[in-house]
Amino acid sequence: MDFAFTQEQEMIRDTAAAFLAEVSSSEAVRAAMATESGYDEALWQRICGEMYWQAIHIPEAHGGLGLGYVELVAMMEQMGRYLLCSPYFSTVCMAANALLVAGNEEQKSKWLGELCAGQLTATLAFNGGSRSWAADSITASFRRDGDEYVLNGSYRYVIDGHTAGLFVVAAREEGSSGEQGISLFLLPADTAGVTSEWLPTMDQARKQAAVTLENARIDSANLLGPSGEGWPALSRVLDLAAIALAAEQVGGCQQLLDMTVEYTGERVQFNRPIASFQAVKHKAADMMLKTEVARSAVYYAACVAQEAPQGGELAAELPEAASVAKSYCSDAYFAVAGESLQLFGGVGFTWEYDVHLYFKRAKASEHLLGDGNTHRERLAVALLDEGRQS
Amino acid sequence: MKLSFSAQDEQFRSEVASWLEDNLTGEFAKLKYRGGPGDEHTYPEERKVWEQKLAEGGWTCVGWPKEHGGKGCSIEQQVIFFEEYARAGAPGRVGHIGEGLAGPTLIAFGTEAQKQKYLPGIVAGTELWCQGYSEPGAGSDLANVKTKARFDETGGKWVLNGQKVWTSLAHESDYCFVIARTDPDSVAHKGLGFFLVKMDQPGVEIRPIEQITGTSEFNEVFFDDAHCDAEDIVGAPGDGWKVAMGLLGFERGVSTLGQQMQFQNELDDIVALARENGAADVPRIRQRIARAHAELKIMRYNAMRMLSGHSVSDGSLQKEALIYKLFWASWHRELGELAMDVMGPECDILEGAPYELSRLQAMFLFVRSDTIYGGTNQIQRNIIAERGLGMPKEPRAVLKQG
Repeated sequence: MDFAFTQEQEMIRDTAAAFLAEVSSSEAVRAAMATESGYDEALWQRICGEMYWQAIHIPEAHGGLGLGYVELVAMMEQMGRYLLCSPYFSTVCMAANALLVAGNEEQKSKWLGELCAGQLTATLAFNGGSRSWAADSITASFRRDGDEYVLNGSYRYVIDGHTAGLFVVAAREEGSSGEQGISLFLLPADTAGVTSEWLPTMDQARKQAAVTLENARIDSANLLGPSGEGWPALSRVLDLAAIALAAEQVGGCQQLLDMTVEYTGERVQFNRPIASFQAVKHKAADMMLKTEVARSAVYYAACVAQEAPQGGELAAELPEAASVAKSYCSDAYFAVAGESLQLFGGVGFTWEYDVHLYFKRAKASEHLLGDGNTHRERLAVALLDEGRQS
Repeated sequence: MKLSFSAQDEQFRSEVASWLEDNLTGEFAKLKYRGGPGDEHTYPEERKVWEQKLAEGGWTCVGWPKEHGGKGCSIEQQVIFFEEYARAGAPGRVGHIGEGLAGPTLIAFGTEAQKQKYLPGIVAGTELWCQGYSEPGAGSDLANVKTKARFDETGGKWVLNGQKVWTSLAHESDYCFVIARTDPDSVAHKGLGFFLVKMDQPGVEIRPIEQITGTSEFNEVFFDDAHCDAEDIVGAPGDGWKVAMGLLGFERGVSTLGQQMQFQNELDDIVALARENGAADVPRIRQRIARAHAELKIMRYNAMRMLSGHSVSDGSLQKEALIYKLFWASWHRELGELAMDVMGPECDILEGAPYELSRLQAMFLFVRSDTIYGGTNQIQRNIIAERGLGMPKEPRAVLKQG
């Protein structure tokens, strides 16, 4: 047992931190978030061409670096810390994972190859507008028509959906409900009948879109995984994405904590740095506790995710590890952001200081892919309901 | 990062498990799940015999070096031992203060003679220890010790006077390690000595403290011209604080995973009760049970991080270790409240007169000590902020003397 980063993993993390400190400064974030696309294309090309981050956990056979989820999580933590504006989460943590989990060799070879080459960004669309983020949130439908599938319906909360070149979409057989009848499809954004519309967001550093399908026709070769039995794969993809998002939340917690300790050490009232007041220190201590506990949850979940594709001993723990991490980190991030804003005092309420960027990210990411209550309820079902007569 | 144990360690695990299965039977069967925190008053004599049984099997002091009579187990194996011990429901250890605190202190700071005199009794499970740190005026401000130790030149012995408090297992113990002031004019951390005091002597009086639970795990210990041999001071007079605190920084918490197993047992009871009495249908209760479950899982991951952490050369704790006490103590206190809320109105009905608490009721009351002893939550937050985050100390308001 060794539950610590290897030296190589520490190096990957530190390299990412150094690069992001340079390219994802407060000014850079503010410039990118003010655009509709939400990211700097030149920076994205640097990330893909020089750093190769988009390929980190994709197998070498498909043009990737062949590293694991622990490395991916280490990167996501740093991106959350520096609020990097990029299509990384949507492309790598959502769409690439869907291809890795459900794709056949041909699909993986084509699409992962393009993603690794930095030629394509992609995202995942499944939720029709529900807070559940579970199978019942899928309202779009499909029907078979000869060698083609015809898709209809709409999606909300599609991350970077207005700029993605490829959608992985979930749709259900007409008349099906719950976890039955769900299929995944690969849907190029330029397919006729596909429209996507940017949704302005409170957290401007991450962009969302609404996607509408009106008789969108695709070749049956674009079916991702088995027809009508796509939920287990999608559920796994969502667990993997939730772990990556939780890692981003940990990074945000750490940055808020560092900013707050620095600021309260400099801010003088009553002739003392306010950091010397216990009322301030105790809040900071609680922030550190939440940050470290969140980190422990995410690193464990990352180890589980790492083993998940190989079906290792820990693979069966994926849903629980994801819900444990997402529920704790979501609550921790918002609590830390709220305390940080409070300790910054009046300037924490301004647009000028960066606290609000994290505060907004904390609330938005809490609700993305299911909030703490949703994930705890998922744990509660397993603990309290299975095998019990109601 | 690698989460699995080696095949060799798994072999060790089954060795521990099968020894416990074979031996926690017969006269010891009734000790299962007994004698833990909040229940330390039960079966003390039987648990002393159990301690010796463990020693016969070679299962005391598993983490000590072999040269001192230990088993020389790796960190992983120690973790496994404590996990399996708790999983088997083996009873609370009466020897844990000797094994976990007195012994390691002597190994680190004791003379050769002290090691030879005291360590074998701890390893054999025949000599039990208690801890004499806290005093009525030295709680969170532990260095404010008033107990005095004076060297009597004519008798050639140390003479101790003063009072210790919150001393668990004092009644059962053969020895107490005591910090006392060797320099009567000193204050705070300076001028203290670390003494090994025999309990069975006229100058030592023990009075049990009746606690919130109606039981008495803790005691007051009064020293009234208690004697201590000249060679029974660890380190020099004046080194007492250094000796007392020396081990805290190196404690990596190998027993914490065993403690978590006990927490898991409690949570399992709560889950079973909720499923049975319908509390599992109350949305707010469902959330709280799921939260307790999630956070107990993370507590384990956090402990694994602590145990895997690269050793810090100056012995200072890493961040995940600094927050650990505050985390588990707060979690456990909430678990106690959750237990009562799952019981509902039944929480007030006792098992029997005069004051027979159920396991969950006793837990609810006893966990209130968790956020107080060993550094209150407030002291923990000061430590986290000052040592973990480098925030400045609060200027002290000093009471006027005289």
